[in-house]
Amino acid sequence: MKIKFAPFMAALTAAALFTTTACSSDTGTENQSDPTEKVELTYWTWAPNMDKVTAAWNAKNPNIQVTVNKQDGGDPAVTKLLTAIKAGSGAPDIMQAEYQKIPTLVSSDAIADIAAEVGPVKDKFPAGIWNGVTLGSEAVYGVPQDSGPLMFFYRSDVFEANGLPAPKTWDDYAAAAEKIHKANPKQYLGTFSANDAGLFTGLAQQAGASWWGVNGDSWTVDINDAATQKVAAYWGGLVEKGVIDNKPMYTPEWNAALNDGTQVGWVSAVWAPGVLDGSAKDTKGKWKAATMPQWDAASPATGAWGGSATSVTTQTKHKKQAAQFVSWLNSDPEALKLLATESFVYPAANDSTSVLTSPPAFFADQPDFYTIAADASKAMKPFTYGPNVNVAYSAFNDAFAKAAEAKKATAFTESLATMQKTTVDDLKNAGFNVTG
Amino acid sequence: MSLTTTAPTRTAAPPAAAPRRRAGRKAGTPYAFLAPALILFTAFLAAPIVYAGYLSLRKVKVSGLGLGAKSRTEIWAGFENYARSLSDPDFLPSVYRVGAYGLIVVPAMLGLALLFALLLDANRTRESIGKFARISIFLPYAVPAVVASLLWGFLYLPRVSPINDAIEALGFTAPNLLSTDLTLWAVANIAVWGGTGFNMIVIYTALRAVPTSLYESARIDGASELAIAWRIKIPIVMPSLVMTFVFSLIATLQVFAEPMTLRPLANTISTTWTPLMKVYRDAFARNDLYAAAATSVIIALATFILSFGFLKLVGRRAFNQED
Repeated sequence: MKIKFAPFMAALTAAALFTTTACSSDTGTENQSDPTEKVELTYWTWAPNMDKVTAAWNAKNPNIQVTVNKQDGGDPAVTKLLTAIKAGSGAPDIMQAEYQKIPTLVSSDAIADIAAEVGPVKDKFPAGIWNGVTLGSEAVYGVPQDSGPLMFFYRSDVFEANGLPAPKTWDDYAAAAEKIHKANPKQYLGTFSANDAGLFTGLAQQAGASWWGVNGDSWTVDINDAATQKVAAYWGGLVEKGVIDNKPMYTPEWNAALNDGTQVGWVSAVWAPGVLDGSAKDTKGKWKAATMPQWDAASPATGAWGGSATSVTTQTKHKKQAAQFVSWLNSDPEALKLLATESFVYPAANDSTSVLTSPPAFFADQPDFYTIAADASKAMKPFTYGPNVNVAYSAFNDAFAKAAEAKKATAFTESLATMQKTTVDDLKNAGFNVTG
Repeated sequence: MSLTTTAPTRTAAPPAAAPRRRAGRKAGTPYAFLAPALILFTAFLAAPIVYAGYLSLRKVKVSGLGLGAKSRTEIWAGFENYARSLSDPDFLPSVYRVGAYGLIVVPAMLGLALLFALLLDANRTRESIGKFARISIFLPYAVPAVVASLLWGFLYLPRVSPINDAIEALGFTAPNLLSTDLTLWAVANIAVWGGTGFNMIVIYTALRAVPTSLYESARIDGASELAIAWRIKIPIVMPSLVMTFVFSLIATLQVFAEPMTLRPLANTISTTWTPLMKVYRDAFARNDLYAAAATSVIIALATFILSFGFLKLVGRRAFNQED
């Protein structure tokens, strides 16, 4: 009696934790291959209005009902998921996962390989983005949802007043930064933010770096490589010259600078209009979006800042149905349209160009906004994240904050050695196989 | 009364067994009353402390790539986490920084608190002004540290600070309070602003408990107000000063909210600026609960040793008057 009772109680508790109601009906039989069986799936996400997107799925799939459980954001959701995995119950079936968190989640056995269940969706995504959900292996740890291809945003009025065209290369950018700052010492074309490791990673990605990699059964860490050295030396040089600012982004001061016209450019990503809408209201209509300045204008490349995939957790009892939903959500034209219009994400799928027809409100005068974004998305370089991205990022914060405060280009390049060492030491300490 | 009269009648029938049963019931009663407190103490204080101690001796061992389903195992680590924590190049600088921070905060905060308490107490007749001053000095204590840090953060940032605007309107260059040299002072200022009121109230309450006859006889002997403050009031409130000192010491060792809130605003506060911030980074940024637990245990021990060591050192002198 006791032996039969225990799993039932466990299932009941799990059902209560999942906040689904019909879970207990299928615990005894486990007949998940039956297509007529009704299943309920829970989906953790922090994208706005995702319930409206899933409503479209629920209406067409009465047997696979998805309930959205709104999360606070990327970091707290991961902490909650890892706790549930450690506890053995309480995880959702489906989970939004930022690309840089995927290796950590895989390494903690929190998200499942759905290569067999997900179907032929690979070709619907740009190769650089697809790489983020496979970690360069045969496994598929999720389907890309949104991406954050880097773009360059600038005050076209300031550029015109200085007789400058939009920068095509990083040399152009440096020259423009110098000219603008000389003409008005209060104005900067940008700032180097030691708070935003994600942006620096994207810049390194654009230059051709891929900080982690898998070589046989061991990890490689390559943060201090030639491409990243080039990027660090470049930004360190600009900060040392004083032609761009050295203060962090996303501070009240930075918001004020965007709004009062002392920050006249921003290297950011496709989601920047939303931020500018809030921070730089008074300058609406004066900004223009452009493709990123290039290292080699002949072969355009870009990196990413932000973006996430939708993954299936290892605790789900309905992996197949969950994978079906995940692949519909991120590749079906109807879902893509809802994602773009209701949840305001920039869908990662190639088809997103057909659903994104009008530019965001902040760039209403620029009808080709999403064409630029699509080009950027296609030019995204592959980049592999490792299982301890957070360690590398917090090392970046500390080392580059010191370097930015010191305003020395050499301190920028030396910081990469610190990041490399901290990251490798952490992996080795945990017992990962590491080469290089 | 009723107990003594009813007890014999009840015990009359079974004379031998009853006293023992009553003794048993009486012995259990205190525990029944203590139970809620004990259960809460165990569940929310003792058990987490024991668990933190346990975690500090464990670590996760990953095998290979760490990507397979069962590639992570938790194993005993002995004192490895402690060794790692103490030898972390960021740990000692954070300890020194907190030491310097304490040297600024504790004397400034307690000195101001004592000064305000004496000033308020010296003027006992003007109750209305005293009440207003008391509340306005105490009010910052009611502001949560995170909110206070945000408020001060706005005042520190050169571009958005009205203080900077005022200084520059007068033709001076305003200092950047979040620069390398001044950050420690900027953080200390928030703690002094927030903590002075509480300490002032503690000292002031002690002063109010002193019978006025003491001061009257001192005045008759020709003592000035200053001499009364120095020779009578301060020695009498010494136990309160000791207590506020210990509280301040503990708060100093655990400083976290202020630098954590200011950190994103400037380049000068690192993720390991104070020992507690290092605990936070290890646990939530690096996902290494084991190293975080070890550092927490070290901080707890240091706090324990410092506060009890101080109490033992000054205890006899400070509390002699009360014996």
